[in-house]
Amino acid sequence: MVIDKGKQPQRSRLAVAGARAATDSIFTTSSKSDRVANVLFRALLLLGMGFALLGLAAIIIWSLVEGAPRLGPELIFEGPSSIRPESAGYRTAILGTLWVIGGVVLFIVPVGVGAAIYLEEYADNTRWWNRLIEVNIQNLAAVPSIVFGILGLAFIVRGPLSLGFVAAAGSFTLSLLVLPTVILASREAIKAVPNSTRLGSLGLGASQWQTIWHHVLPGALPGILTGLILSVSRAIGEAAPLLLVGAVTFVTFDPSFFESQYSVLPVQIYNYAGRPQEEFRVLAAAGVILMLAVLLTMNSFAIWLRNHYENKNKR
Amino acid sequence: MADSNMATPAAGADQRRPLKGAGRSRIGEKGIKTFLAICAAFSIIVTTGIVVALVIPTVNFFGQITITEFLFGVTWAPAFANPSFGVLPIVVGTVIVVVTALAVSIPIGLASAIYLSEYASPSVRKVVKPVLEVLEGIPTVAIGLFAFFFMRPLAESLFPFFPWETPFSIGVAGMAVGLLIVPLVASVAEDAMRSVPSGLREGAYALGASKMRVTLRVVFPAAISGIIAGIVLGTSRAIGETMVVLIAAGAGNPNLTFDWFNSAQTMTAYIGGTATGDIAQGTVVYDTIFAVGTLLFTMTLIMNIIATRLVRRFREVYE
Repeated sequence: MVIDKGKQPQRSRLAVAGARAATDSIFTTSSKSDRVANVLFRALLLLGMGFALLGLAAIIIWSLVEGAPRLGPELIFEGPSSIRPESAGYRTAILGTLWVIGGVVLFIVPVGVGAAIYLEEYADNTRWWNRLIEVNIQNLAAVPSIVFGILGLAFIVRGPLSLGFVAAAGSFTLSLLVLPTVILASREAIKAVPNSTRLGSLGLGASQWQTIWHHVLPGALPGILTGLILSVSRAIGEAAPLLLVGAVTFVTFDPSFFESQYSVLPVQIYNYAGRPQEEFRVLAAAGVILMLAVLLTMNSFAIWLRNHYENKNKR
Repeated sequence: MADSNMATPAAGADQRRPLKGAGRSRIGEKGIKTFLAICAAFSIIVTTGIVVALVIPTVNFFGQITITEFLFGVTWAPAFANPSFGVLPIVVGTVIVVVTALAVSIPIGLASAIYLSEYASPSVRKVVKPVLEVLEGIPTVAIGLFAFFFMRPLAESLFPFFPWETPFSIGVAGMAVGLLIVPLVASVAEDAMRSVPSGLREGAYALGASKMRVTLRVVFPAAISGIIAGIVLGTSRAIGETMVVLIAAGAGNPNLTFDWFNSAQTMTAYIGGTATGDIAQGTVVYDTIFAVGTLLFTMTLIMNIIATRLVRRFREVYE
């Protein structure tokens, strides 16, 4: 029966206490079935939440148990092999992921944050084109990732850009996929900067860009960073669109950005998992451990960052 | 929307105008604004790109296959020697995955959300909520492997009397997708219930309502728009989910089937699986990827529009 006390304003304390006392008194005289229903309901909720946590934890535990025999330096430093699963690793896939994600970061930071700044600080909401951009970004965020793969295949690998099946194509495709998320998160962060900050800066004679650069962006930085980290971690884990833009080949040499074929970590895991031998299954699970370690660390950091600043603001 | 308009610095910009000192960096300012506007407009280019990329090969495709054959045919075998292009089997595959995923994630996700928002002590909430959010980042490949190597064998050993015939199962894939979207549904629904003003709860308590009654009759209805938004987001995630289905549901069955226990293909898995193989550009099989992609895109777009409308309507009722 805990009502989160921290969240209630002072003036409602008394009312709450009174209400709770009244409820409690009614409880003691209430029918037995009512009480039983309450207890059952609560148990059901706990069961649901327990199931959610257990199911998700099971994924992590399963991969740890299954992949543990292959954890070791050669998992990272050895290239893939279709004939020697016991010594094969993820070297080229990790390099491929680094190239792809490096490109994603270089692209989404200026473009994503830039778009967010425009929409929050410059755009006039009454103009139809600005509203169109807003609605468009919201809809883009809900487009299935594989559709971005189709876009990448038609326009980036072939068509106008014609990059071919290289890391740059994968990088560009993933950038487009996470861009809406970056924009939406950055907008939220910029929106949360109090308007008095802007007015104060403008009042002292700073130009609009000076205000944004020196006052709005620093204030919004933790929020923007949280959004960026979560987006990048999503890009690292994303495999589906990359299947269409070439990250499927068994690459035995270190990839480069524009020239050679490439693979990425999740696709390489998928590739290993599809092979019949038992050793490849262990190898795939070990790859999952690798990915989970990176992604869960990144997400934990982002969420810690957000909670840290949220608490700071409350004080 | 209206109050966010007030917060934009357009008003501030107008107040700045008379100041002379700012004139110095005028050209740079314009340049920056133009660059930022281009960044924002870039999203329109992406959307246009998607539509164009989908439509041109799709039109090409329908030059060879009639729309009725595509939409109502019950055999999906584009790469066979005697090809057939009825899309219904893979649409049904997607529907099975989505329904199963929702059957798993709605009760679990909402129970978690209600518990966290209404019942959990602050200290429990402080631990569980971030844990759920972090788990949202589990990559789909990991969940796919878990479904294929762990859940599917486990399901067979628990229920050996069901007709398991292949190592793949679309139903188990759907359950795994459900697990995948639980954190999403839970965290959106929880946010919605937390934002219900506590005055509503207090009023109900003062009238002598029990905790369960307050939760189900007051908080839940008041937060319904956010809860539905969470479910819709989860649904659209489930429709678009590729890797889990690709790994755990196998290469599929060309015929229309509602077999929950065995291999079947979804629209996304077809696109992902087909594009992985080497197929020549300009063939009908190559174009099917785009035709299926168009169908997928249209379905998610329609759902998204419905969701936006729905949320807006509920919001008007409760604010």
